Amino acid sequence: MAARIHGGAGAGAATALSTFNPKKLVAPPSRTNLPARNSKRYIVSAAAGSDGSKKSLLRVRHSQKLIANAAVATKAEESSAPTGTGHELLLFEALQEGLEEEMDRDPHVCVMGEDVGHYGGSYKVTKGLADKFGDLRVLDTPICENAFTGMGIGAAMTGLRPVIEGMNMGFLLLAFNQISNNCGMLHYTSGGQFTIPVVIRGPGGVGRQLGAEHSQRLESYFQSIPGIQMVACSTPYNAKGLMKAAIRSENPVILFEHVLLYNLKEKIPDEEYICNLEEAEMVRPGEHITILTYSRMRYHVMQAAKTLVNKGYDPEVIDIRSLKPFDLHTIGNSVKKTHRVLIVEECMRTGGIGASLTAAINENFHDYLDAPVMCLSSQDVPTPYAGTLEEWTVVQPAQIVTAVEQLCQ
Amino acid sequence: MALSRRLTSRSTLISHPLSAAFNRFISTDTTPITIETSLPFTAHLCDPPSRSVESSTQELLSFFRTMALMRRMEIAADSLYKAKLIRGFCHLYDGQEAVAIGMEAAITKKDAIITAYRDHCIFLGRGGSLYEVFAELMGRRDGCSRGKGGSMHFYKKDSSFYGGHGIVGAQVPLGCGIAFAQKYGKEEAVTFAMYGDGAANQGQLFEALNISALWDLPSILVCENNHYGMGTAEWRAAKSPSYYKRGDYVPGLKVDGMDAFAVKQACKFAKEHALKNGPIILEMDTYRYHGHSMSDPGSTYRTRDEISGVRQERDPIERIKKLVLSHDLATEKELKDMEKEIRKEVDDAIAKAKDCPMPEPSELFTNVYVKGFGTESFGADRKEVKAALP
Repeated sequence: MAARIHGGAGAGAATALSTFNPKKLVAPPSRTNLPARNSKRYIVSAAAGSDGSKKSLLRVRHSQKLIANAAVATKAEESSAPTGTGHELLLFEALQEGLEEEMDRDPHVCVMGEDVGHYGGSYKVTKGLADKFGDLRVLDTPICENAFTGMGIGAAMTGLRPVIEGMNMGFLLLAFNQISNNCGMLHYTSGGQFTIPVVIRGPGGVGRQLGAEHSQRLESYFQSIPGIQMVACSTPYNAKGLMKAAIRSENPVILFEHVLLYNLKEKIPDEEYICNLEEAEMVRPGEHITILTYSRMRYHVMQAAKTLVNKGYDPEVIDIRSLKPFDLHTIGNSVKKTHRVLIVEECMRTGGIGASLTAAINENFHDYLDAPVMCLSSQDVPTPYAGTLEEWTVVQPAQIVTAVEQLCQ
Repeated sequence: MALSRRLTSRSTLISHPLSAAFNRFISTDTTPITIETSLPFTAHLCDPPSRSVESSTQELLSFFRTMALMRRMEIAADSLYKAKLIRGFCHLYDGQEAVAIGMEAAITKKDAIITAYRDHCIFLGRGGSLYEVFAELMGRRDGCSRGKGGSMHFYKKDSSFYGGHGIVGAQVPLGCGIAFAQKYGKEEAVTFAMYGDGAANQGQLFEALNISALWDLPSILVCENNHYGMGTAEWRAAKSPSYYKRGDYVPGLKVDGMDAFAVKQACKFAKEHALKNGPIILEMDTYRYHGHSMSDPGSTYRTRDEISGVRQERDPIERIKKLVLSHDLATEKELKDMEKEIRKEVDDAIAKAKDCPMPEPSELFTNVYVKGFGTESFGADRKEVKAALP
């Protein structure tokens, strides 16, 4: 039984994502130009780049309609939430819900970070948890990222499942040694004796004039560390799902959140669900070009998509979600269909996620490409404070439109 | 240093010639013997424990045997390294065996130990086998870390030995995390986080100590002060060489690390303290005969006279040997036989390890992630999605 979300209901009390004129757009109830996906059993098995006997299932994530702000047009798929009508909440509340459910479910889960306990979390993700679970499970640490990340990893070696919060992802640079050498490598160097089921999470990305040191994108720094998984959430639905999956995973997972996305509102299902950590999300199926993106840039891409649709293009938008490893199955199927790829990311140009993804796509799907892979990333500069300059550091929808037009010539 | 010891047990048993009762195996005589430590303890913010240590024949003999085994193992590793069978870094522990032995005698396998890269003997003390040690050092399949860790990455999960870490000082926050988990799980156990005098200047130590003291964690920080941080003497690296006082508000104890009984007493004291009052720092005054690692001759920053002087006066094995002989627990010949037996044991283990094959090529990719990439997840409708990405 599909849940219908009627248009106009409480459209976006959320903050504006971009500096463009926010148009409160609410997608119409159900666009069924896609086959109704009632059966939800998919078996995905893939080797990157190989076709042959693999099923090329074009899986459409049954993303609930996003009641977001600022002119983000999404195609609403026939939502297949079975029972209940779901409940609406903001992204940080979704994270909190996921965290709380996991802490209820497993007594080994604990949270440590600065101001997560009594203060409730600097972005309110851990609000109320200290009162509910006590000081031993929601731990306020002093300001020593290196030490408390190390402590989380040490505790994980014995079987606890800490969720380590960096108040801002940039601060985790202080814990880089612990994350790289201990978190990523201990499972390997101990010959499999120890598992490190930590979740390291925190907000990153370019915010609202926060300055250079508080606007860092660390996914590029961490991506080479062997042994860790990285995911980036972008909607309340996948935020909760990824948080839960990350906590349940036996591997260390770094969950990248974005400072500007915490107030996104969406209706998510009432019943329990988790999202696959290694899977990409099909945001908008299309035919002409594949646009790969993640985190906040997803919304810039969707805004550009609106313009592109008006101009007659049909972009396929995929939120890659899994930054390490890449979901080359979904991406590959998409490339085989559209033959053109544009990567839009907030990472730096040099050595960013886009750079790795470009290399991976070129290596694996070279035969299917009609045009070189184009990658739009942030400029290789420290993020300036001035508003206009900051705007030019990150990719804006207009640039995306231009890039698509260029690629589709 | 003159040994002073006091015999308080029944002299009849001790004066009985043990050569008949003592065969090549460790004597099972549990007659208590009281040994006095060579030096008094120096304490910071706590009352030092007594100098009299309870011991037994069995313990004395097992101390001797295990320490001799450790010493032999390290010397053998030295020759293997020179024969290019062990590559990379090899940090040897000879001279410091008393710390490993004394600590093991005071604790159980539930108490956790974590240390840096000088971990071969601690691994042995925690129950590791010689074969595993040599196989790992030579990078073979049957090594304790399947050949993928090397000299600096020995671990033994079932005896709570957490390694084996290459980055100086990084193991101390890990150790405090293990102590946190012990407190979280309400286990009556403690964690010994060991580090050297070089690592004592790392900031993360003080961060971890702050958190441990704040949260009352049962963590014991053990500084194995062998007076040299690789090539730098401690007076050139530390403004305050009193590492046991460095904790400021955390109590500390300075121990003669070449005296296994002093170490045992201190560790026992520390365990009781940590379970009740939170963290404590132990400084073990010890010495290493080899250089920092096999690539370091060990004589450019200290004189050979110094090394041989310490070897003559403070060697831990000699000390135990003198105790054993003076208490008539065994004769010279028996001890010599024991050493021969140990040498054979080590040689056998090396031969066996040399025969062990190298790891399979597919081992390159195992254990990077747990369970490979396979996942199970489900959407809100509870239908399963199985993904097995490469």
